[in-house]
Amino acid sequence: MSAVGPAEAAWYAEPRGEVSAALADCLRHGREAPAGLVRAAGGAGVDPWGDDLHFALYLLYELHYRGLDGVSDDREWDPGLLRVRAALEGRFLDALREAVPSPRTVEESFGPLLTTPADRAGGVSGSIAETGGLWRAREYAVLRSPYHLKEADPHAWAIPRLTGRAKAAFVAIEYDEFGAGRAEAVHARLFADLMEDLGLDAGYNRYLPAVPAAALATVNLMSLFGLHRAWRAALVGHFACVETTSSPGSARMVDALTACGAGPAAIRFYAEHVTADAVHEQVVRREVIGGLLEDDPALEPRIAFGCDATVLLEDRLADHILTAWTNGRSALRHPLPQPVAA
Amino acid sequence: MPNAPEPRAPRRVVVDPHGPVLVEGPVEVETPDGIRRSDRFMVALCTCRRSRTLPWCDTSHRPRERRR
Ligand code: FES
Ligand SMILES: [Fe+2]
Ligand SMILES: [Fe+2]
Repeated sequence: MSAVGPAEAAWYAEPRGEVSAALADCLRHGREAPAGLVRAAGGAGVDPWGDDLHFALYLLYELHYRGLDGVSDDREWDPGLLRVRAALEGRFLDALREAVPSPRTVEESFGPLLTTPADRAGGVSGSIAETGGLWRAREYAVLRSPYHLKEADPHAWAIPRLTGRAKAAFVAIEYDEFGAGRAEAVHARLFADLMEDLGLDAGYNRYLPAVPAAALATVNLMSLFGLHRAWRAALVGHFACVETTSSPGSARMVDALTACGAGPAAIRFYAEHVTADAVHEQVVRREVIGGLLEDDPALEPRIAFGCDATVLLEDRLADHILTAWTNGRSALRHPLPQPVAA
Repeated sequence: MPNAPEPRAPRRVVVDPHGPVLVEGPVEVETPDGIRRSDRFMVALCTCRRSRTLPWCDTSHRPRERRR
């Protein structure tokens, strides 16, 4: 089967508003970010949940991961770009602070996640299974690709900021995420295998123009937490939240993908996460959160905030997907063309 | 110096009172259906028997959510 997707579009081809258009221009032409762009980025005119902000923020964060085609690596620490980034982050964080109840305890944030949902069949995985055929599974993989193709990378920024028990346990989990020394078992590689199994192109950021703000926001959240030491406890809260919810969620995805006839590599990605994350959840809550709080109990509200912000953005993404699908629309900015059978 | 064998460090096993038993991997588990192996740094063995991936825990031990 050959890969499906819109004709390869460059990262700058489709800005999503004033800020991302001006930013893409600066990046592409090696120009300094004008003061007006910093003002616009932090201004009330920018929707903190919207496409313009999240696309712009995503591009700026990519400079810290694998860079952008045609943009000099030196621009990662360009002061003007960092000012734009700070303005966008400020808008995003203000909106999160307003939407997330705080301060909360770790128990308050994680307690509800440690139950089995009464309705096991619903949600995104339920509706992937519902229609028969693979198009919803493909859309979901595209939506998740900006995260899973760099799975565990943003969390690696926590390592130098942790010590002792928390650090040792955190690194042990990350080692598992990175394939325990085997390139073919790196979780990002398993996700690339899933994409190829579904007939998608697993190239890094290949589908970026199609990925809407609701999905980019979930990735921007972890990049934001990862790039600021001040938010290290929130990054741990994010990591712990993902590990805690992943195992049962992945089991539902195994069922959904099996029901719609996906291949073994697609199913394997989620099957691996069922058992891996049942372990990771135990280790991250006992040792990483336990160790971090032993070192510095004052970090508790930040750990809880990281978890709550993650739940909020995951719920927003699920709403976005289900609203689109129940109205017969694509959840992507551009629907994928029908795959061509080989 | 005589070649005295090093005392073996005991393997610590962590018991979650409402969930799995955690054992440092790699682990082999002898089950009625044969030997199952996991190379993970830590392994969660299901004790509640509700797991669909026995002998490994899959978080099925979690209590059901109360309807809100
Ligand atoms: S102990 Fe976790 S599923 Fe049985
Ligand atoms: Fe993973
Ligand atoms: Fe994990």
